[in-house]
Amino acid sequence: MTVDTPGAAAAASPATHAHDNYLTAGRGLLSWLFTLDHKRIGVMYLVGILSSFFLGGVFALLVRTELLTPGPTIMTADTYNKMFTLHGAVMIFLFIIPGIPATLGNFVLPLMLGAKDVALPRLNLASFWLWMIGAVVAVASIIMGAVDTGWTFYTPYSTTTGTAVISMTLGAFILGFSSIFTGLNFIVTVHKLRPEGMTWFKMPLFVWGIYSTAIIQVLATPVLGITLLLLIAERTLGVGIFDPALGGDPVLYQHFFWFYSHPAVYIMILPAMAIMSELMSVFSHKHIFGYRFIAWSSIAIAVLSFLVWGHHMFTSGQSGLANMVFSALTFSVAIPSAVKVFNWLATMYKGSISLDTPMLYALSFLFLFSIGGLTGLFLGALATDIHLHDTYFVVAHFHYVMFGGTVIAFLGGLHYWWPKLFGRMYSERWGRIGALLIFVGFNVTFFTQFVMGSHGMPRRYYNYLEQFKPYHQASTYGSYLLSLGFVVVAGYLLHSLFRGEKAPNNPWGGATLEWETSSPPPSSNFAHEMLAGDPYDIESLRFDPETRGYVRKDPGSVLLTRVGA
Amino acid sequence: MTALRTVGEMSVLLAQGTDGSFWMPPGVSTVARHVDWLFNFILAISVFFFLLIVVVMTLFVIRYRRRAGAGAEASATHHTGLELTWTIIPVILVAVIFFFGFKGYLDMSTAPANAYEILVDGQKWNWSFTYPNGYVDSNLHVPVDRPVRLVMTSADVIHSLYVPAFRIKQDVVPGRYSKAWFEAMEPGEYELFCAEYCGTSHSGMIATVVVHPPGEFEIWLEKASNFLETMTPVDAGRKLFQVRGCLQCHSVDGTAKVGPTLLGVFGHSQALADGSSVTVDENYVRESILEPMAKVAAGYEPVMPTYQGRLKDAEIMAIIEYLKSLSGNG
Amino acid sequence: MTSHSESHHDPHLAHHFESPAQQYQSARLGMWVFLVTEILFFGGLFCAYAVYRANHPEIFIFGHHFLDKGLGAFNTVVLICSSLTIAWAVRAAQLKQIRILKLMISLTLVCAFTFLGVKYVEYSHKWHAGLLWARSYAPQVDHGDGDHGATPESVQMAAPAGGESAAGATAAPAQPAPATAATPDHSNIAPAATGPAGLAVEAAGGGDEVVAEPKNAQTFFSIYFLMTGLHGIHVLGGIGAMFWLLFCARRGDFDTGHFTKVDMVALYWHLVDLIWIYLFLLLYLIH
Repeated sequence: MTVDTPGAAAAASPATHAHDNYLTAGRGLLSWLFTLDHKRIGVMYLVGILSSFFLGGVFALLVRTELLTPGPTIMTADTYNKMFTLHGAVMIFLFIIPGIPATLGNFVLPLMLGAKDVALPRLNLASFWLWMIGAVVAVASIIMGAVDTGWTFYTPYSTTTGTAVISMTLGAFILGFSSIFTGLNFIVTVHKLRPEGMTWFKMPLFVWGIYSTAIIQVLATPVLGITLLLLIAERTLGVGIFDPALGGDPVLYQHFFWFYSHPAVYIMILPAMAIMSELMSVFSHKHIFGYRFIAWSSIAIAVLSFLVWGHHMFTSGQSGLANMVFSALTFSVAIPSAVKVFNWLATMYKGSISLDTPMLYALSFLFLFSIGGLTGLFLGALATDIHLHDTYFVVAHFHYVMFGGTVIAFLGGLHYWWPKLFGRMYSERWGRIGALLIFVGFNVTFFTQFVMGSHGMPRRYYNYLEQFKPYHQASTYGSYLLSLGFVVVAGYLLHSLFRGEKAPNNPWGGATLEWETSSPPPSSNFAHEMLAGDPYDIESLRFDPETRGYVRKDPGSVLLTRVGA
Repeated sequence: MTALRTVGEMSVLLAQGTDGSFWMPPGVSTVARHVDWLFNFILAISVFFFLLIVVVMTLFVIRYRRRAGAGAEASATHHTGLELTWTIIPVILVAVIFFFGFKGYLDMSTAPANAYEILVDGQKWNWSFTYPNGYVDSNLHVPVDRPVRLVMTSADVIHSLYVPAFRIKQDVVPGRYSKAWFEAMEPGEYELFCAEYCGTSHSGMIATVVVHPPGEFEIWLEKASNFLETMTPVDAGRKLFQVRGCLQCHSVDGTAKVGPTLLGVFGHSQALADGSSVTVDENYVRESILEPMAKVAAGYEPVMPTYQGRLKDAEIMAIIEYLKSLSGNG
Repeated sequence: MTSHSESHHDPHLAHHFESPAQQYQSARLGMWVFLVTEILFFGGLFCAYAVYRANHPEIFIFGHHFLDKGLGAFNTVVLICSSLTIAWAVRAAQLKQIRILKLMISLTLVCAFTFLGVKYVEYSHKWHAGLLWARSYAPQVDHGDGDHGATPESVQMAAPAGGESAAGATAAPAQPAPATAATPDHSNIAPAATGPAGLAVEAAGGGDEVVAEPKNAQTFFSIYFLMTGLHGIHVLGGIGAMFWLLFCARRGDFDTGHFTKVDMVALYWHLVDLIWIYLFLLLYLIH
């Protein structure tokens, strides 16, 4: 495959062939359900995951509506307990854990590597089917009486309650395997499918982030698997590992559970940070600052995340020594995150900043994740955590990092790669409106929760004392505003699929390889073999007013040129 | 520095308990001052860094906004000195935070030697506090200015005892004892919550901590403990009914709660879950208290805990008399 | 740079790989990562074993007497042999010795079934003796007078085990419940045998009975069944994989350069064998 002239590469890209992309190659439901194309799998995941987010969001709104008044509002206590459990379980197991890796990761990772697919496409499809099956089994629990244990399933309550715990935990177990296989696939892909010239320190930071996430997925999720299996065995057979009445230890369950679930939160945030590195560079039109430090900080977070699970258990009765060790280690994991934030800011310095919608989300991330991360300091310190544990302060903290962090970054990434996925541009004006509504609504919803938490409002409370009413009401009204923001976002994104302007190959000026192919890409991803250069060499691009996109000043520079056959 | 000045100001206020602030409720225990100080210290650091990040971000957005035709200015893509600076300074800060957090925790988890010991039983969904003389109450009465040590266990699932005003919290676990301690510095009444989700009425599992002024605690305890001698059986039964957790699930005004109402049931027929029926007499009441699973009322869940070993015969008699009074009998 | 002209016509080479070498290495890395996840999966159970054994060694010393070392050792030898035969199968596939390949896989299957058979014998013995996991633990003790219907109460109970430390220990000395489990929400949890001064429960029974079975002996059997059960499920999985290999071999899938599937199944099988060896050591050979 030779290249004749520098200009031929751009012209030869199949952007103009309307039928020659992955969306249109092969029709019918079965061609999607049995596809091996990572891009189609990514899109199917996107549909599933966004639906799960919607479902989890509905539960959240029901919870918040119940909390409009101090007493019973629209449901009984038992129903309320099921609502918050389902909100947590659906959001965590169906939405946020698969979240960015399964959707954007699946779609973008091979493209960034100039590859034709992930290393193990059939395993990828299996991951998706497992996600679907796990989701069905988990959601079936709703019909079977739902679960009222909280998403943490603490024993002995979870082993003795009459609700559909087995269905939900079995669903989560299956979903865990989906997560493991996705992580496994990404590890092999990053190790084996990098193109010519892409050494480890020439990979895009998005790849570093997804890779670090995959390490956690692979090492931590099996522990969740065995924990859930033990829970199911406890309920069905009475194996007595966690039940004090049978000689077991309920606090052991907490150790098992959090050994996975703490690393799990880094499964949630690392991909978000990975997206941030891309957005910060591209929308500042400037090389990323501190590449190596950002890359290593992802690995550091992955490693350190396994050492801090006990900070969820400071009041559980574990020893003072354990408390001390976990507290000290917890602070260590804050440092790499801070390093990333400073490097992103430095990327903006002397940049040329465009405030397109993806960048608005990136800036929101900086604001919201900073609050989320800093409030983690209060919780890592022993003396303050005793007071704040199991209050709304914790609820606010994790929503700031998971929602204000991960979901916001997910939205940023979705808006960034939307043109690549679907070949369409969305309305920038509505994009800004949506981002603003979400930003304001989010803060109103969750900032109030910090204050009521430090004032002593415990979490998972159906009724509450009168003095907390103003906070709860403000929070609920904020949640309605937040939901409105999402309705707006869903609206214009869906609209863009049918009426959006056709997207150029590279609308934003990114230097990573996915922007070298058409929007949307053909099934085989690239028309030519790609050569990896510096993924942040933004300087090598210039804006082309004709296509309303960016092109390489030297198109041949990214192609693996060959002479002869 | 702002932090140190704040510390100076706080220490004036911290001679007694702490006043409430935007963030915290009034703190009346000896540890509250340290907890609040640490909270404010971390808050100061957090606000500083948050403003630093957001202000810099905003300034950059304004200063380096994309202008038509102009790209980014040339600048370094990395700077090791900068990286080290913004790594090392946070490391020092978090080490300081950790140190004060740990130090405060050591105080919070080590009870003084002469602490007054009260046993705590958590169960779904009420608290029982057993005083050294054996008296059991559903609220926590303590003397002011005296360390109090709580020795706690659960009868069923994990609960957590939380008193925001004292800044204390400790999980209450079945099958083992856990401990907490505090010393209250101001008389008054304070809320005690359950802080570990435990089922249907988790949010109803609230008790009151009554801190008695000097000299009054002993008087209260004596009066309360002798209620069987000093009160009529009906009044004693009513008190037991209220403090031993019965009211949590059984109303006396006709409303059905987790358990059936006990208004007007004594002496009448009660339908049972297995289809039969029984007359609510002294025997049935006693059996229901000691073996609640034996004859469950129709339409209700079998969730009542047993009071075997927890109620004396004289107390059961008093409760029976009280229930009779609710039917206009006796 | 690799030449693509020959490779791309190789029917075994998936379209997204540059070369058969890349494809093989990807499969191998993938399988190794999978094995790591399996180690972590079992790791949880090994951790539970470690915690309970550290806190209550007497339970393990008591319980392991009920495991037949001879059968355990036999099973260990059987699995080690099966690892040999499956490794031989890989070699046979490499050398395109399809008949030997099929023979070796079949022998491995024989070993696997033998293993499961022995486990069935062990499990059924425990079933009849009532030596099951916690809730179903109802030991039938033969008093020598032909009384086979001994109830749990007739099993000699020890005085409260002295091995419990104070604050924070796993102190949950409930009576082993009979087969009808504790009714929900009815607490039958006794307070810890060791509590703070003034609250400790008096030692039950005065300790004058013969000290035989420690409190919570059922925990050993819970752990035994959980660990060997999970391992057994993995053996079944391996059996399924080997039947699939036989089917592929019949179909003519394997060749000198294309034996990845056999290699991968063999790797998995070796891990299954290795885990069993640890189980044998930790459950059967306790001193």
